Amino acid sequence: MRLRLSSDAVRLVIPALSLTILLAAVFWLQPRAMSYFGLNLLLNLAVPIALATIAQMFVMAVNDLDLSIGAFVSFVACVTATFLRDAPLVGTLILVSAIGVYALVGVVIHLRNLPSIVVTLGMSFVWAGLAVLMLPAPGGQAPDWVRWLMTAKPPLMPMAIVASIIIAVVAHLIVMRSSLGVLIRGVGGNERSVERAGWSIVAARAAAYGLAGLFAVAAGIALVGLTTSADANIALRYTLLSIAGVILGGGEFTGGRVSPIGAVIGALTLTLAGSFLSFLRISPDWQIGAQGAILIIVLALRLLLNRVEKRGARP
Amino acid sequence: MTIRKMLLASVAIACAAMPVSAIADTADKKIALSNNYAGNSWRQAMLTSWEKVTGEAVKAGVVAAADPFTTAENQATEQAAQIQNMILQGYDAIVLNAASPTALNGAVKEACDAGITVVSFDGIVTEPCAWRIAVDFKEMGRSQVEYLSGKLPDGGNLLEIRGLAGVFVDDEISAGIHAGVAEFPQFKIVGSVHGDWAQDVAQKAVAGILPSLPEIAGVVTQGGDGYGAAQAIAATDRAMPVIVMGNREDELKWWKEQKDANGYETMSVSIAPGVSTLAFWVAQQILDGKDVKKDLVVPFLRIDQDNLEDNLANTQAGGVANVEYSQEDAIKVIEAAM
Repeated sequence: MRLRLSSDAVRLVIPALSLTILLAAVFWLQPRAMSYFGLNLLLNLAVPIALATIAQMFVMAVNDLDLSIGAFVSFVACVTATFLRDAPLVGTLILVSAIGVYALVGVVIHLRNLPSIVVTLGMSFVWAGLAVLMLPAPGGQAPDWVRWLMTAKPPLMPMAIVASIIIAVVAHLIVMRSSLGVLIRGVGGNERSVERAGWSIVAARAAAYGLAGLFAVAAGIALVGLTTSADANIALRYTLLSIAGVILGGGEFTGGRVSPIGAVIGALTLTLAGSFLSFLRISPDWQIGAQGAILIIVLALRLLLNRVEKRGARP
Repeated sequence: MTIRKMLLASVAIACAAMPVSAIADTADKKIALSNNYAGNSWRQAMLTSWEKVTGEAVKAGVVAAADPFTTAENQATEQAAQIQNMILQGYDAIVLNAASPTALNGAVKEACDAGITVVSFDGIVTEPCAWRIAVDFKEMGRSQVEYLSGKLPDGGNLLEIRGLAGVFVDDEISAGIHAGVAEFPQFKIVGSVHGDWAQDVAQKAVAGILPSLPEIAGVVTQGGDGYGAAQAIAATDRAMPVIVMGNREDELKWWKEQKDANGYETMSVSIAPGVSTLAFWVAQQILDGKDVKKDLVVPFLRIDQDNLEDNLANTQAGGVANVEYSQEDAIKVIEAAM
């Protein structure tokens, strides 16, 4: 009696399992969370993190790493709370050109063969600087439609869960079901063979970075919808959170192996882990350590499963 | 007859018990402290004060719980999640020292909508449904010049030590000092340096500017820089000007030494970390049904010549002079704002 799962499904087992366990633990600690209202409060801040994680996933899919996501999301938040509200046309233009810059960064990284970590780290200072220029003191206000969108109360399921599902499905369609997605994963997996097959690697990298920019813009807008106003440092934590989210969700640093659904689950897991520790009343001095411990446990489980998977492949 | 007497007596007892029952109205209420940072002596003192005062309040049955929470990292998004968790945990009031004046507004609004009282202090939030206990930094600057005008009626030259450039607090205190100088025109600011609220930086900055300055009658400061200024001036052959201190232990100790040696007179002003306990009592009063204005002002902790010894004795080495507030203090602050 042998149950064989596809390796993609195996990849999803651990993230899904850890999310379920955490969710059960949170419900047990705080039964009040087990409601429409409670779930929304618990998970709504995970929506921008999930979007940022998907953005990071696109970059990691082409074997790169983006250290500027946090600063970029903060920058987008500042644009959303100022220009997008007061002059929607100018605001849209800024955001579209920001996505253009993101794609351009991908092109530069590819053409000059630069390490993405260095370039994106440099870009993070550029975005942070622009954000401070735009909003020297915290302030601004979310456009009404953004606020409406993020506080909407759909029937049956809270907005946080509906949004997470939509994000996961859209990202899954792009990465797993479109030819562009295959190309992007191919570039991360084996750049040479994709090039020999006659595809343009530059275009693929530009597309991956552009998509990352697009999702990061969505993350910034969603974040402002939740917080109602912006701050130039609002999302600095997202850089590391998004990387952790991708890895937790079954992605790997060696490109080509990513899972969009897993990434969204990873983002939700990270958010829940914070709440779980706070409900446990763990002292803040230990909380970062405990959060790290949760990460390590999940990754260790995955390593174990990888081994099982490999052993299964070699009969 | 006896029944009537008994009734009267019970009414009298009920009346006498009134203040107690007024307190007991919040006996089943839970208050949480949401704090964004614990990495310096001021914040540590703030948390210690909170635990001391609220611990007694919980023991006395004034409130059911008063739990402090500090975010692991000083980030607004994390604190927003923390506040949303507190809503789920069923707290009746959240006392908040915010990482950002605006980025928590969404979470604060969620809390208000859930019927939770939110009181922000020190790091305040702009969301209109929350209460704010703000620091009047301008007045803190102005009061220094006012003190000097009483001490030095003839006026003179002032050296201004500023804080960290580009920070809101630095601008506010400095604006207050300049407003004070405009009010008392016998004073003139002849030099201004940035001491970054640190004694060593202030000492270097003052030593650098001193040779180019005329005689100085007073030094106006922002706190954490008075001792460094004194060291820099003592290294020259200048007469020691009146240096306004900022309640740090090293500053008070130096002042005490000078006072004993040659009767040196000055004053010291800053914000007590115990302001967290004031916010606690304000939250308790709001839960108790008191009508409280949304914007309150923290009183400064001012140390003068005659209460220097007491304050120095109560200040930990390397710490900041502190004062914990009582329920009566909070009522006074609330009534002053009415």
